[in-house]
Amino acid sequence: LLWDETHFGKMGSYYINRTFFFDVHPPLGKMLIGLAGYLSGYDGTFLFQKPGDKYEHHNYMGMRGFCAFLGSLLVPFAYLIVLELSKSLPAALLTAALLTFDTGCLTLSQYILLDPILMFFIMAAMLSMVKYNSCANRPFSAPWWFWLSLTGINLAGALGVKFVGLFIILQVGWNTISDLWHLLGDLSLSVVTVGKHLTARILCLIVLPLTLYTATYAVHFRVLNKSGPGDGFFSSAFQARLSGNNLHNASIPEHLAYGSVITVKNLRMAIGYLHSHRHLYPEGIGARQQQVNINACFFLADPLDPSFPVEFVRHGDIIRLEHKETSRNLHSHYHEAPLTRKHYQVTGYGINGTGDSNDFWRIEVVNRRFGNRIRVLRSRIRLIHLVTGCVLGSSGKVLPKWGWEQLEVTCTPYLKETLNSIWNVEDHINPKLPNISLDVLQPSFPEILLESHMVMIRGNNGLKPKDNEFTSKPWHWPINYQGLRFSGINDTDFRVYLLGNPVSALCAAWGPGLSQVLLQGGGQLLLGWMLHYFPFFLMGRILYFHHYFPAMLFSSMLTGILWDTLLRLCAWSLASSSLARGVYVVGLLSLLLGTAYSFYLFHPLAYGMVGPLAQDPRSPMAGLKWLESWDF
Amino acid sequence: MLGFLKRPVVVTADINLNVVALTAVGLLSRLWQLAYPRAVVFDEVYYGQYISFYMKRIFFLDGSGPPFGHMLLALGGYLGGFDGNFLWNRIGAEYSSNVPVWSLRLLPALTGALSVPMAYQILLELGFSHCAAMGAALLMLIENALITQSRLMLLESVLIFFNLLAVLSYLKFSNSQKQRPFSLSWWFWLMLTGVACSCAVGVKYVGVFTYLLVLAVASVHAWHLIGDRTLSHGGLARITQGQPLEVAYGSQVTLKNVFGKPVPCWLHSHQSTYPMIYENGRGSSHQQQVTCYPFKDVNNWWIVKDPGRHQLVVGSPPRPVRHGDVVQLVHGMTTRFLNTHDVAAPLSPHSQEVSCYVDYNISMPSQNLWRLDIVNRESDADVWKTILSEVRLVHVNTSVALKLSGAHLPDWGFRQLEVVGEKVSRGYHESMVWNVEEHRYGKSQEQKERELELHSPAQMDVSRNLSFMARFLELQWRMLTVKSDGSEHKYSSSPLDWVTLDTSIAYWLHPRTSAQIHLLGNVVIWASASLATVVYALLFLWYLLRRRRSIRDLPEDSWLRWVLAGALCAGGWAVNYLPFFMMEKTLFLYHYLPALTFQILLLPAVLQHISDHLCRSPPLRSLFSALVVAWYSCACHVFITLRPLTYGDKSLSPSELKALRWKDSWDILIRKY
Repeated sequence: LLWDETHFGKMGSYYINRTFFFDVHPPLGKMLIGLAGYLSGYDGTFLFQKPGDKYEHHNYMGMRGFCAFLGSLLVPFAYLIVLELSKSLPAALLTAALLTFDTGCLTLSQYILLDPILMFFIMAAMLSMVKYNSCANRPFSAPWWFWLSLTGINLAGALGVKFVGLFIILQVGWNTISDLWHLLGDLSLSVVTVGKHLTARILCLIVLPLTLYTATYAVHFRVLNKSGPGDGFFSSAFQARLSGNNLHNASIPEHLAYGSVITVKNLRMAIGYLHSHRHLYPEGIGARQQQVNINACFFLADPLDPSFPVEFVRHGDIIRLEHKETSRNLHSHYHEAPLTRKHYQVTGYGINGTGDSNDFWRIEVVNRRFGNRIRVLRSRIRLIHLVTGCVLGSSGKVLPKWGWEQLEVTCTPYLKETLNSIWNVEDHINPKLPNISLDVLQPSFPEILLESHMVMIRGNNGLKPKDNEFTSKPWHWPINYQGLRFSGINDTDFRVYLLGNPVSALCAAWGPGLSQVLLQGGGQLLLGWMLHYFPFFLMGRILYFHHYFPAMLFSSMLTGILWDTLLRLCAWSLASSSLARGVYVVGLLSLLLGTAYSFYLFHPLAYGMVGPLAQDPRSPMAGLKWLESWDF
Repeated sequence: MLGFLKRPVVVTADINLNVVALTAVGLLSRLWQLAYPRAVVFDEVYYGQYISFYMKRIFFLDGSGPPFGHMLLALGGYLGGFDGNFLWNRIGAEYSSNVPVWSLRLLPALTGALSVPMAYQILLELGFSHCAAMGAALLMLIENALITQSRLMLLESVLIFFNLLAVLSYLKFSNSQKQRPFSLSWWFWLMLTGVACSCAVGVKYVGVFTYLLVLAVASVHAWHLIGDRTLSHGGLARITQGQPLEVAYGSQVTLKNVFGKPVPCWLHSHQSTYPMIYENGRGSSHQQQVTCYPFKDVNNWWIVKDPGRHQLVVGSPPRPVRHGDVVQLVHGMTTRFLNTHDVAAPLSPHSQEVSCYVDYNISMPSQNLWRLDIVNRESDADVWKTILSEVRLVHVNTSVALKLSGAHLPDWGFRQLEVVGEKVSRGYHESMVWNVEEHRYGKSQEQKERELELHSPAQMDVSRNLSFMARFLELQWRMLTVKSDGSEHKYSSSPLDWVTLDTSIAYWLHPRTSAQIHLLGNVVIWASASLATVVYALLFLWYLLRRRRSIRDLPEDSWLRWVLAGALCAGGWAVNYLPFFMMEKTLFLYHYLPALTFQILLLPAVLQHISDHLCRSPPLRSLFSALVVAWYSCACHVFITLRPLTYGDKSLSPSELKALRWKDSWDILIRKY
């Protein structure tokens, strides 16, 4: 078990077990892994706990084989793309060799990861786009339609595996726009024909991918119908769909009334319920009153005399919230909050429900589509403190030891509508009210789709590097500055290390700089490389070396064309025609042999090695630690 | 000597009363009751601090922006005699009597007032009518947010002023380019563009975006200029290279082959001679080699010499070389003459050898006269121009033209390219055409001095400046993206709120009454400016697609005007707005004002365009004008309604204030009694 296999293998198992989970990437890749596992007889029982665990009797080869198969298809795809773009067989062969002998690409496609699947779709989209471009002289013919719709399908696939697929969509989009621009300028075509072209592209490149992409989500939600580790990331209404969740098939009163016992959940924080416990805020931190943090517990909406008839809580009502366990009221005042100094502290105050005027809150419904009453799960509510005018919210910061490392709850004086200050009611007990089944409250498919995207984007943004933590920088990647350790640290472990073939990297480092090949189809590849590489400079999230590999594919193809052209130029400017051929062939062969030899040297990185570390002369990698930063 | 006394001294002045009137109302709207309120208003609390530091000459470090803006504000304090003694600690604190509030607020107010006539001028220079120009100025005049911002010790109005000044002077410059390039006013406006840009950047770093925009527009214009073959006086060579334009007798030049295949190269000679006998047994003249060399080298320099005179320097005044003149070309480093004769060239035996003549006294006379043939001449009296002129050098005695054969010489010729003389009668080919790439007027008659001169670079070395520029830009970028602690503020907002005016800032509240200053835009202007941007974008796209189908809805000049207006105004809006989405610092509504100004400029342009081109019948046009007038009165009405919050001079009752709260997100302060 290696590196991210812990994640993606596990997620494959979840599909087989049909338990719900959450991941920052779209579901297609993991679904395919799960499918491959299912077809090859894997039963989904392996735990995928930590790198280095043994698979033992579990049948994992299906999943690995599937990834490896897709990964090995990259080579013929690259060959075909380069051949189509440059019409030069040597260039195509050179590209194929560069990719075959690239240790990084090999390592990445050997294991259960999303990257081989992603790269497969990216290359397939590129190939079908190139093929379709060369069909441009026969519009609306069968191959034209075939390649155009195949491009759309592959785009959906790329986007469905990782959001990085957006870049290839941009590339295809750019290609399509310039294509249409040319068609529009061609006055021999009637406007109707141009319109037909436009419609065909909208159908195949926008409608078709979107449909497929949505379909993967439909399958995703249909398959995963059991409660699992991902529940908490989603809203309460969403969770009601999942069997095994305590909200599934539950029946609770629909509208909030005075006297109800409820739990309140924050919309922003993953698993955040409003919570209080008997511990007091420590000395020196605001008033020494009972802590209120985010966690699960019960609150009581203002209990009136039980003999009163049921009265529903409405938008704009003034309420008091009493903690059920400790009988203290939710309270706020002009003391600064423990961590966020500009906000006010929120405490539990009073004895047996008797407090002071600081215990009153005005309840507001943000989405008043369901009327002024407060509906369980669906209504989004804000609680505004009556005296100070602040809004109950969570800052998302973790309290220190004294607060049991729960999340801080504050009252913010800034009345901005952020998810931090929006809550919904989840559990609800009121014996006086009739229970209804939660199924009525279930969200529709578009709502689920939207919500899961919001959660994913938030999750992606949450992957920020911590201060002082070492992260891979985008400028490291093209020069192979540092690899990525897949498994094993000590010399007795089985070690795999992700590192590109240094010789190919050396060849490729030239690639993008030179523009002489632009005329021969290199332009597309250069654009692809730039689109898959430069956006990472702007990303705030944590980055790894393997993010470079889609760009690496493009730079390899570019390198193939570039060296082919360069060698041709060199050969013909240096020598007469008889010698030129010789120089050219020798140059190509030496490049091929160079990469092959370097592959031979570095192949233990990919296939795994045991033995002492590279500093030790007995190591299989002795003498190959060319850069100080390579830590194998 | 005293001739000027004979004629009367006459001063003619063109005074555009529109501009005068606009300036007057602009000043009135910005300067009225400037010293009120006599209390610290909003961010004055920060800027005031800086002013005090300047007054007391205490060094301070601040990350909020470049110092020029603060210094301008401090100048107001200096002129008003401020001693810097005031404790800037709280918004709303009363100013003590030693604070010259009026003169401190004067500069932002003046710049704000001058923006009004400048909007008028810009629209005029963009080629729109006086009516549209007046509209733009009048819109600037009644924009509440602009008024509020310019009546206080804040820097946005100064920034807007310099932004507009940069655009205006660039337009003036580019319009005078069409009429009188290199005239005094041309230089003046060009300089002013630069000065205004640097001032804008000096006031606030976001000014750099306007600078980049002007730069982009200017480079597009310059690109057209390069392609502009009708440019009779050839402004290009002077603009781009700083070299003399016209080649004169005594000029030192490098000659580049126009064909440039297999590689671009320059006519070259060096000490080595042709070998006496070639490998295949043919003989040569054994004179000095002339080749074409693909690298810059001191041996690429040639001097254009008048056959009738001895001197190798440019006379005063320089005598230009014209089409048809007979010249000699002297190799700069060896002082030998370019020569050709009836000897077979080394690799192309059907052509003549070209050499630098060495007199071996073997009855082979020098044949070094060449006639200049300017291929791309407009008239037969054309002057030979640097870079622009493509010339053939035709040998007088044998009628061959100097040609790059494309073959590589063997080792004896250092693998440089062969240059031959080819019969002109064999037809025209680009490999016979050369142009002057580097050029300077030679000053030194002595060979030693001349060698020194040849070694010195002809063009200004800009690489050093560039690297400084690069570092400078990097520094700017770092300052722009410097991470603040992302602190929240009660009135902070996100860029998305700005376009729809979904936010406001309470600047100041009277200590007793509910008179207050509140940053609020004129809703009508705000909404219609955004609408105009959308309309512009749609129309532009529509025209662009139609033009692609060769359907020209607009005459060429109004299309160009339409594009330029969009590039400067819509572009100005975009570059001043979109970067805020990437900034992580705390943002406020007033950050949007520079962008808004550009949007306001676009609005009358779009209106005029609709009236001119889309309203085809006169009644429709009058109807449209009526609508515009109605709409403007609407804007005026909003201005007057919001005026108490803009000037803060009138205390409104709570019910009136509630009535003004048109949006829930406007936090107008209402006093509870």
